[in-house]
Amino acid sequence: MTGSGGGAGAVTRRPRRTPPAAYVLRKCLAAVLMLVFVVIVNFFLFRVLPGDPAKAFAPRGRNADPEALRELRERLGLNDSWDVAFVKYVKSVFSGDLGVSFSQHAKVTDVIMERFWPTVLLSGTALVIAAMLGVWLGARAGWRQGSRFDRVSSSAAVTFYSMPEWLLGLVLLVFLNRYGIFPTRGMNDPRSTLPAWLDVLWHMVLPVTVLAIVYVAEYSLIMRSSILDERRADYLTTARAKGLRDDLVLRRHALPNALLPSMTLFFLSMGFVVAGAITVETVFSWPGLGRLTYDALRGPDIPLLQGLFLVFSAGVIVMNLVADLLMPVLDPRVRAA
Amino acid sequence: MSAAVVPARRLRGGAWRRFLRDREGMSGLVVLVLFGLVAIFASLLADPAGLEVTKADGPLAAPPSGAYPLGTDHAGRSLLTMVIHGSQVTLLVGLAATVISMVLGTLIGITSGHFSGMLGGGLNRLTEWFLVIPYLPLAIVLATVFPPDVPKLIAVIIVIGVTSWSGTARLVRAQTMAIEARPYLERARALGGGHWHQMTRHVLPNVMPLVLANTTLTVSLAIIAETTLSFLGLGDPLRVSWGRILDEAYSQAAIDRGAWWWILFPGIAVVLVVRAFNMCGRALERILDPRLEGKP
Repeated sequence: MTGSGGGAGAVTRRPRRTPPAAYVLRKCLAAVLMLVFVVIVNFFLFRVLPGDPAKAFAPRGRNADPEALRELRERLGLNDSWDVAFVKYVKSVFSGDLGVSFSQHAKVTDVIMERFWPTVLLSGTALVIAAMLGVWLGARAGWRQGSRFDRVSSSAAVTFYSMPEWLLGLVLLVFLNRYGIFPTRGMNDPRSTLPAWLDVLWHMVLPVTVLAIVYVAEYSLIMRSSILDERRADYLTTARAKGLRDDLVLRRHALPNALLPSMTLFFLSMGFVVAGAITVETVFSWPGLGRLTYDALRGPDIPLLQGLFLVFSAGVIVMNLVADLLMPVLDPRVRAA
Repeated sequence: MSAAVVPARRLRGGAWRRFLRDREGMSGLVVLVLFGLVAIFASLLADPAGLEVTKADGPLAAPPSGAYPLGTDHAGRSLLTMVIHGSQVTLLVGLAATVISMVLGTLIGITSGHFSGMLGGGLNRLTEWFLVIPYLPLAIVLATVFPPDVPKLIAVIIVIGVTSWSGTARLVRAQTMAIEARPYLERARALGGGHWHQMTRHVLPNVMPLVLANTTLTVSLAIIAETTLSFLGLGDPLRVSWGRILDEAYSQAAIDRGAWWWILFPGIAVVLVVRAFNMCGRALERILDPRLEGKP
């Protein structure tokens, strides 16, 4: 902790482009600590809460046959005392072994890796579209606060923000299904005559639309309040006094400054993005981590659920770390703080 | 001592008057009161016998008609009856989970703001951890491993409460630290007021308005969480809630049947209530946060 104090002092002396090493180290350390805590929680939640885990997780509940129960005990490590089991678990996690999935009869890491990229493709596309649209909509609404555009877009944003993503997906599906324009299930169609990439793109239309609409709602509300905070700043009066056109004042002066605090909030809303991915993938049978989670719940497939929780948490922690490291580079005000 | 309480009370009185003039907040409140009445008088509005699959006598998955204004589901139950009774579980879970979340958030927020050192620092780390960890995977894991002896309804309430307090705690912590820097707390300390006295008599009354504004926003998140968990099949299978109706619609192929009424009407109910809570929350935030003064 004392090292960080010295690092902060170095920054105030002379502004630099890169964040000081102590800052980077502190943020990385915090992220690692969070991950370690996830690993610990992941072990104890599954072992302690359910009472007798073998009985609770057995495929047929209390009527499971004794042979299957014995095997389940072995695999969950219930035959060891908890400290021995914990050390075993930590060792295997750090050597990249998350156990074997009950339902897929394959290594959890392989199952997750196979589903990883479809999720990144789907959520990533929706995120990029939503961030651009959300910034544009929010900035315009906030700049002309109280205008008809602002009232309509803010009211729509609050409505979509109040809607679980999967609900929007279901509503869209039930009305569009009969027309059969867009595919409603999966990521590709073996009978399709389209080139493979176009087929995937075609399948992405509906789920990406649903995710993007809900994310746009969230992002435009963040951006709007950020522009509202900025709107009366002195530097904008100066810009106007110079005789700049109104939209130039917005684009060149207000927007860059309002964008930075919004960026932090965009990154902080990653948990929200994960929730959207899980439920929307379920509705559209998209072969990603979200649909995998839904399928893992059916068993329940405990090793797979543990692995997925680890991956989702690690993903969000890493994204937050990236935001923490990126902000001082982009925003001198954070560097000085 | 009264000096610390009076401003909070005065603020509350003024806030109520300003809330009555806030169009967005009032329309939200009206919707909430209506749904609250529907939930309370559900059994008078619709016969609960209509919820049982065996006693349903309507046509199967039929579109809205005179006898069944919102249509029927796969078992011939009236969706109107189900939506009316579903409001009970959805609102109960949403409100109860919010109470847990508020108590936890306020307690942890004040404690971590008041005490420096190990206790405050540790609680602050815990809050940050819960802020970062994505809530849905955590809720899914918790709901899966929850002791099977606990009734599902209570399990869902606890799971949502435990996964949603961190935002409140962060807010309360910041406010606590701002209040602790004021002179009257120094006076209380100088007069020998203990930690408990400082926290309950001075900090808490000043934090409460903020917590109340935050509550309405938390309820909307809790209701979304309830419907989402039910949709994923983690809710109480024996009770009708809006999420449960939608889960059944999805798993009974409402989409392939083109049964739009089965999804649209419970969906509208969810969005109306969540939006109404959000509207009240935004109105309260405007009234209580001086930084937003002058914004509509």
